[in-house]
Amino acid sequence: MKPKYLPLIATLVIFLLGYALCVAQYPNILSTRVIGNLLTDNAFLGIAAVGMTFVILSGGIDLSIGSVIAFTGVFLAVVLEHTSIHPLVAFAMVLTIATLFGAAMGAIIHYLEMPAFIVTLAGMFLARGVAFVLSIDSIPIKHPFYATLKSLYFKLPGGGRITLIGGLMLFVFAIGIVLAHRTRFGTNVYALGGGTATARLMGVPVAATTIRIYAFSGLLAGLSGIVFSLYTSAGYSLAAVGVELDAITAVVIGGTLLTGGSGFVAGTLVGILIQGLIQTYITFDGSLSSWWTKILIGLLLFAFILLQKGIIYVSRHRRQPA
Amino acid sequence: MIATIRLYFNRLLPQLIALGVIIVAVSLVFPGFLNLEIQNDRLYGSLIDILNRGAPVVLLAIGMTVVIATKGIDLSVGAVMAICGATAAACITSGHSVAATLLITLAVGILCGLWNGVLVAVLDIQPIIATLVLMVAGRGIAQLITEGAILTFNDPGLAFIGSGSFAGLPMPVVIWLVFGVLIAMLVRRTALGMLIEAIGVNRQASTLSGVLTPVLLIAAYVLSGLCAAIAGIIAAADIRGADANNAGLWLELDAILSVVVGGTSLLGGRFSIAASVLGAIIIQAINTGILLSGFPPEFNLIIKAAIIVFILVLQSPRFRTAFSFLVPARGASKPSERAAK
Repeated sequence: MKPKYLPLIATLVIFLLGYALCVAQYPNILSTRVIGNLLTDNAFLGIAAVGMTFVILSGGIDLSIGSVIAFTGVFLAVVLEHTSIHPLVAFAMVLTIATLFGAAMGAIIHYLEMPAFIVTLAGMFLARGVAFVLSIDSIPIKHPFYATLKSLYFKLPGGGRITLIGGLMLFVFAIGIVLAHRTRFGTNVYALGGGTATARLMGVPVAATTIRIYAFSGLLAGLSGIVFSLYTSAGYSLAAVGVELDAITAVVIGGTLLTGGSGFVAGTLVGILIQGLIQTYITFDGSLSSWWTKILIGLLLFAFILLQKGIIYVSRHRRQPA
Repeated sequence: MIATIRLYFNRLLPQLIALGVIIVAVSLVFPGFLNLEIQNDRLYGSLIDILNRGAPVVLLAIGMTVVIATKGIDLSVGAVMAICGATAAACITSGHSVAATLLITLAVGILCGLWNGVLVAVLDIQPIIATLVLMVAGRGIAQLITEGAILTFNDPGLAFIGSGSFAGLPMPVVIWLVFGVLIAMLVRRTALGMLIEAIGVNRQASTLSGVLTPVLLIAAYVLSGLCAAIAGIIAAADIRGADANNAGLWLELDAILSVVVGGTSLLGGRFSIAASVLGAIIIQAINTGILLSGFPPEFNLIIKAAIIVFILVLQSPRFRTAFSFLVPARGASKPSERAAK
């Protein structure tokens, strides 16, 4: 077995073990209803985390996604309340804005040679600022089309439901996996994560790839915002604070190296599910307080960073004598 | 001596100009901005208010500057503020004296810094990720200490740190002034500052040339933890309570922003604590200015973002080479820079 699969397998094993432990204590967790809810409740986070995976694979970071989600929600709510534009048209508009916003950040990162961290931090302020300017209130979305979308689901045996947004998340993950491992763009992303200088020497179009990565992350943040507005039926400029951190955590727990160049989109899905599982367990337990979620996720994050360090250390020492 | 002062002044000039422009702009819109008055032996006025309200970010920026100079970053300072605020409130409500409370709280802050420092220096983890662990878990730990509630206290001794005054200045201002001068003296009157810059420029090279890299790296994160602890005490003392959810929320970003506005590069190396402090005050002046001038506070974040982008463009290497003809020649440094690339 190649060592590069080790983090992915470790994540999967931890998820299955955790799930088994939860089932041992609360047999009801082993139902399609819980699984369906796990997907629905984490749909917006999962979609945003796919974009974050690409950004981190390329060695960058995107702090703006939480704000873009909030902006998308407020934009949709304001547009649907004040105009007669159909939601699908509004979706297309907001996705275009989010994609262009991401592309602009990518262009600044590449052409001004600034750290992604501070550029996307500015993007985070900007997107949330624009959301504030649009409206500081929480605006409900009452469009009938929203009700139609929310009522769509695929029934699983055992009473569980894969809702539209849960299914959309799985679809985005599938696209992400294909994009990362089966296209030239994906190869370029991995090459960029290995080092900008080497990537350039290998003939990777660094400028175009960087801009596309952040545009893709922006697009998915926008899509995640649409999903979030479907999930909550409202737009609020203070919503989705800190989602970028949850997404980064899911990516790391999923086994992607934070220095870039190594990792799997599928791992991120497992990372999302682990976070969701912890939350579900705490809900089932009822007596544990919500702050344990944060502490447990922090500990898990730490454990995975150590695991990655160990793997790098071992693989380096194995290679040297040869 | 005069040459050193001039050099220092030149370094701080952009920040001083920016602060001056903001103060003039706000005082044009809001004439009472520059008024200072003395009541109950304490100075009052918008300018003093900026220095006072900015205290937590100024303190965080001091620690953050040193961490960033080592080519690191500390994302956990906001969470450490929450932990330390919660610790202080928990200690004082369980009957400890003010001195013991302060000592325990500062120790907790140092411990948090030590944790980050060991992850970065010994386990060799990327600083963003290493400090992310405490950023995620920290608020949980703070809530664990306060048991989910907002712990309030009424001890006048502890509250004095947040709302008292000394020599006519509010206590938080006195604290960051004294602390900032002490730290600046420590790094600039000794070789420490230069060694820290050496680590930021090239960690491997400085280790090879005999710099005690791990010790200095850990010390940088410990300093940042200590700053966060003091900021946490001030924030808690100010509202006479510890709010684990909101104390220091997003202040790490403000602190990083202050350092960037102060002109210290995120890529490590040259740093200036005074410039970062000015950066923090500039940000606070913008916040206060927007409120006073009757501008809708919703625009606060957009203006902040615009300022970051403006400063980024100014600092960008590409921009500098493209517009180098605007800058008066400073000897033959330009060709050598290009050669170094």
